[in-house]
Amino acid sequence: MNLRVTDLACARGPAQILAGVSFAVAPGQALILRGPNGAGKTTLLRTLAGLTPPLAGTIEADPDAIAYAAHADGLKSQLTVMENLLFWAGVFGTRDPAPAIAAFHLTPLLDRRAGEMSAGQKRRLSLARLLVTGRPVWCLDEPTVSLDAENVARFAAAVTTHLAAGGSAVIATHIDLGLPDATTLDITPFVAKRIRTDDPFAERMG
Amino acid sequence: MASFWEYANPRKFMATSAFLLPWTAGIAGLCLVTGLVWGFFFTPDDFRQGSTVKIIYVHVPSAIMAVNAWLMMLVASLIWVIRRHHVSALAAKAAAPVGMVFTVIALATGALWGQPMWGTWWEWDPRLTSFLILFLFYLGYMALWEAIDNPDSAADLTAVLCLVGSVFAIISRYALVFWNQGLHQGATLSLDREQNIANVFWYPLVITLAGFGFLFLALVLYRTQTEIRARRLKALIAQERMA
Amino acid sequence: MIGLLKRDLTLAIRAGGGFGLSLAFFLIFTTLVPFGVGPQTAILSDIAPGILWLGALLACLLSLDRIFQLDWEDGTLDLIATSPVPLEGLAAMKALAHWITTGLPLVLVSPVLGLLLNLPGPGYLWLMASLVLGTPALSAIGAFGAALTVGVKRGGLLLSLLVLPLYVPTLIFGALTVARGATGQDALTPLILVGGITLGSLAILPFAAASALRVNLR
Repeated sequence: MNLRVTDLACARGPAQILAGVSFAVAPGQALILRGPNGAGKTTLLRTLAGLTPPLAGTIEADPDAIAYAAHADGLKSQLTVMENLLFWAGVFGTRDPAPAIAAFHLTPLLDRRAGEMSAGQKRRLSLARLLVTGRPVWCLDEPTVSLDAENVARFAAAVTTHLAAGGSAVIATHIDLGLPDATTLDITPFVAKRIRTDDPFAERMG
Repeated sequence: MASFWEYANPRKFMATSAFLLPWTAGIAGLCLVTGLVWGFFFTPDDFRQGSTVKIIYVHVPSAIMAVNAWLMMLVASLIWVIRRHHVSALAAKAAAPVGMVFTVIALATGALWGQPMWGTWWEWDPRLTSFLILFLFYLGYMALWEAIDNPDSAADLTAVLCLVGSVFAIISRYALVFWNQGLHQGATLSLDREQNIANVFWYPLVITLAGFGFLFLALVLYRTQTEIRARRLKALIAQERMA
Repeated sequence: MIGLLKRDLTLAIRAGGGFGLSLAFFLIFTTLVPFGVGPQTAILSDIAPGILWLGALLACLLSLDRIFQLDWEDGTLDLIATSPVPLEGLAAMKALAHWITTGLPLVLVSPVLGLLLNLPGPGYLWLMASLVLGTPALSAIGAFGAALTVGVKRGGLLLSLLVLPLYVPTLIFGALTVARGATGQDALTPLILVGGITLGSLAILPFAAASALRVNLR
């Protein structure tokens, strides 16, 4: 099992957002998170990535297993595509960026600076970063934003390859990626918007 | 006996402080009136400094409390960092403006005393300068509390600032002694007090010192209560909004 | 970690203003002093050690808010926090990159500005030595302040308010080294103390900065 979440409660700032989230993701499996805007998909993913400490519950995963991709691309506009990829390759221990470049068709863009590219091109580069990390569990927050149909297909193919190699993915998205072994988890039943349970100043009234 | 840490619970703290507050405030008032009246009107003039020496009854206690307030904030910050007691963080927040006002009083009375004694309102003497720097530390600490929206994050960041600031404050203190040897007389209160100050001056000084101590305690209790109420209000509003 | 340093240096060169801006500020600051104080060379050489140190300190301060702010805004900080690189290492590398782009150039031009202010002959060596030993402390303290204020919008002013009181001991010992060196007194003691503050800051502050970053990211 690559990732197992038991009875997880997540908070953002002073507010509890989700409670009682449980799921497991096996190698080769993808989990699609669904839920209306503001339900707490981003908070859940940030908690999985270890950025926000959970309020309650457990996340069982190798701490070095998770690769996180946020709304923001995390690119440096003054660096070229190649330099951006090599930087992340260095951060995650040297890996060959060639498969990442091929998967997202970045070869014609390699010497372009990230600042000169369109939003969709930046997104492709930021997704290519995931392949460079070499980590098995991808936690992706709306990965297909500003991608055209052709590149959504490329992204789906990259995820499929990743799953076939024993990886897994947790993806918050609203579109159908057509992944072979994907379960869908609607987080609406777990939404528990209230003041966080560990806030000693929240007193029950009347 | 109940554990000391029970008072970290806001409800328990509110109850206990509501009981303690009138007493501390009362003792503070009593000590301040006794000590100041005794000191101002019933002590002889100093043979060298004349009646200006009487400002000592405000200057010395406020200077001592200015430093002790920072120490209290340091301890409260450590308790917050180690044991995550919210009341502790709020007490540190509550103490900062009080400590800052004591620092300003110490600086202002020092200037008023220095003018007739040294012929100058301000001198870049190590003691004076370190109080000025202490004032800047208080300002920075309070500004950081104000700047951060999430109260728990603000508590964490100000606690880190308080710890690091304390280290640098101590280094600054010694750097200033190294920098300029100074005009300021030696410490007024020390273990070998007979050498510095006669008994007639000493007794009222101890009483005003106790008065300033209790005044600090009362103000911190009062302000911590206010901070707790503000947090409860914030929680209520958040609950309303999310319901 | 070396990759972080290389990236930051590349960005500083490409984005422009990294090296140049603080140097230009140092030059302008030093040029303005005689307009305020008067052109008498005796007075200028008296105050030169303090002015040069103060100028270097303020020039360092200028670029502090960029240390973590840019990475925070474009989401890089989130991604680095989930990477194998520890945030303590990130803070140390950021401080080092800031020193290379700001502190080191200031050290190199300081003798020229010393000439402008008529710094006495024996002072130049002490000036450069004290700046080489002292500016890393300024960068480390600054990186700590930047980590505290990274989540604050327009936090530049707050950052100065937090960082400047922490700069006091470094400034005192640094300027004292030069002042004593210029007049032929014992300058080694304050110089060693500058070095001590730098070593202490480098040892402790990356940890404090990393804990502040973690709080700001959650």
